[in-house]
Amino acid sequence: MTTKMGIEVSVAIGEAVKLANADVVAAYPITPQTHIVEHLAELVADGELEAVYMPVESEHSAMSACLGTAAVGARTFTATAGQGLELMHEVLYVASSMRLPIVMAVANRALSSPISIWGDHSDAMAVRDTGWIQIFGENGQEVIDNVLCAFRIAEDRRVLLPVMVHLDAFHLTHMVEPITFPEKSKVDQFIPPNEYPLPLDPNKPVTMGGFGPPPIYSEVKWAQEVNLRAAKEVILQVWQEFGDTFGRYYSPVEGYRSEGSRVLLLTMGSFSETAMAAIDKMKSEGKDVGLIKLRLWRPFPFDEIRQAVKDAEVLIVLDRAISFGGPGGPVCSEIKSALYQQERKPKVIGFVGGLGGRDISVAGFEEIVSRGIEISETGSSQEFEIFGVRE
Amino acid sequence: MEKYTVYTPKSIAKLMTEEEQLAPGHRACIGCGEALAVRLACKALGNNVIIVNATGCMEVVSSQLPYTSWRVPWIHTLFENTAAVASGIEAGLKIMTKKGRRLPQDVTVVAMAGDGGTSDIGLQALSGALERGHNFLYICLDNEAYMNTGIQRSSATPYGASTTTSPAGKVSIGQVTWKKNMPAIAAAHDIPYVATACPSYPFDLMTKVSKAAAIKGPAYLHILSVCPTGWRCPTELTIRIGRLATQTGVFPLYEVEHGKYKLNVDPPKLKPVTEYLKLQGRFRHLSEDAINEIQQRVNEEYAKLKEQVSLKLS
Ligand SMILES: Cc1ncc(C[n+]2csc(CCOP(=O)(O)OP(=O)(O)O)c2C)c(N)n1
Ligand code: SF4
Ligand SMILES: [Mg+2]
Repeated sequence: MTTKMGIEVSVAIGEAVKLANADVVAAYPITPQTHIVEHLAELVADGELEAVYMPVESEHSAMSACLGTAAVGARTFTATAGQGLELMHEVLYVASSMRLPIVMAVANRALSSPISIWGDHSDAMAVRDTGWIQIFGENGQEVIDNVLCAFRIAEDRRVLLPVMVHLDAFHLTHMVEPITFPEKSKVDQFIPPNEYPLPLDPNKPVTMGGFGPPPIYSEVKWAQEVNLRAAKEVILQVWQEFGDTFGRYYSPVEGYRSEGSRVLLLTMGSFSETAMAAIDKMKSEGKDVGLIKLRLWRPFPFDEIRQAVKDAEVLIVLDRAISFGGPGGPVCSEIKSALYQQERKPKVIGFVGGLGGRDISVAGFEEIVSRGIEISETGSSQEFEIFGVRE
Repeated sequence: MEKYTVYTPKSIAKLMTEEEQLAPGHRACIGCGEALAVRLACKALGNNVIIVNATGCMEVVSSQLPYTSWRVPWIHTLFENTAAVASGIEAGLKIMTKKGRRLPQDVTVVAMAGDGGTSDIGLQALSGALERGHNFLYICLDNEAYMNTGIQRSSATPYGASTTTSPAGKVSIGQVTWKKNMPAIAAAHDIPYVATACPSYPFDLMTKVSKAAAIKGPAYLHILSVCPTGWRCPTELTIRIGRLATQTGVFPLYEVEHGKYKLNVDPPKLKPVTEYLKLQGRFRHLSEDAINEIQQRVNEEYAKLKEQVSLKLS
């Protein structure tokens, strides 16, 4: 039976992992991911989830243990945040390069120093090029649905790649939200048992992770790139099937009252919710502005983004991370490069804000939009502007 | 020992299996003690294993794409995470068997890493896996330096050895620290089985591997592996130098079973350490004083070990 309840998003993720019949959870605690793994440890301890909970001694070992569990064909989940994701860094590349279908929730957190437990996207951006499929969630329901989809996508034979489901620290992890949980039997159908094609098995020996000399390395990397790009087709299919089964549809890029708008704002993650309220307010005041929400971060949805913004004159992009000494925000530079060769394209104006857990209110988004329009007309002396910082 | 057949004329019973899990044709240097140790360990393990290999000589020489020397399932991921990967494999197999997702079959999970991958960069992951009590065998292939990257010192490099990052110089003796006692660190985790071995004593090594593999819970095997390239010694002396390491007391062969120490080779009188040192270029520069200092230390360490052996556990 489908159930709807008010539940903390982190706890709900644990429930989703249970619905997905994970075999192993290997994790190391870090705020604000803790409630996810605590709940999973509890589910295992109570026998509600038949799985191994591996309380490893670091995030490096968490992801390394996940390599091992996935390599023998066990359905594998982990979660981390901020410093933990950074400690995993080199292991993340191995997971994707060795085609190991691991699902990880990332409770997006700022990076030290100064140490901050609060949210932004610095951690996610630092692992942008690790070869994982990466999906950002806007609210609890999206995160839960995408955790379920993530197992399906990761383990699909055409994909066999690890998936990160990103959710903002506290703004999502610690919120109690109304969540609809799908029926267990339907989830079982939606996520069939994991049949990893070439697991480590003495009955059929394989060598995994050999040493790559120059005549081979480029071929391996190109195969990986082709594979990640091709995964988009499967992601779209899985989202379609999820919608047909459970009634909630997802797409790589989503517009909110964006059709025909002269000015567009683009956000990723939980800030989209406040941004929507800001759009409503501005629209009611007769302003010609809409919202674009980016959900699929890797593989990057080039066509969808181009399509979504092609008729606008101004596109204002809000990043929650800085690329120090570079073009500003990683999302903005991605969008700029996606549009550069297009004949019809908006002016792209970049803002960085919401770092280390600082909130941006409806009034804040209004300010960003009006300053963005101003810059589009008169220009700015900077590559990007930061929002709401005291001089 | 009785379990193995050595290559002998057909008329005589064999002492060691002829089956090779590590195929010939790998790229290890001539006289490599690590390759020999792995080969012997594999013979003792048989085919029902999954091997997790750290970055290092043994990974590089056996797995260059698109070839492989491995006839048993084998995985390499990174340098410092071998024990963690092995722990995942063990846990994964266990739960999948429990959930009926694979046929019940006892598979020995074996992690292999060098001294660098074990006593330096991989120590944390190893400690975690031992503490969590996974049923696996961890083998440290100790050639006393980072050989794969060009003979840099590790914490297992012995005092006085010259390496590329602890070079002997006008004002330095070479390595200025004493070898980290890794087996003792493993034993401090109160795991059921810890042992030292050396391919110069092949039957002792293989018996220990079999024993360690059969034990439920974590087992740690520390194998001294002569490296002619890094030790600057003639390739044909690998076996003799390994034996001298034990005969001089530099590297005693012992077991720690459930906390109980046992010496496996206990010569009535130890040979002087200089017999071991003088065959290796890495010690060539040592003065008589330095050799005496090493002799002193070996005497002390050996006495400590004998004391542990004589302890009665209640
Ligand atoms: C994180 C990381 N740091 C450094 C290296 C470089 N590296 C590869 S193998 C190795 C030394 C291996 O030494 P050891 O573990 O003793 O094995 P051996 O090659 O001597 O058998 C080093 C330093 C690496 N691969 N990864
Ligand atoms: S450098 Fe030493 S350990 Fe490495 S392959 Fe050569 S002999 Fe063996
Ligand atoms: Mg070494």
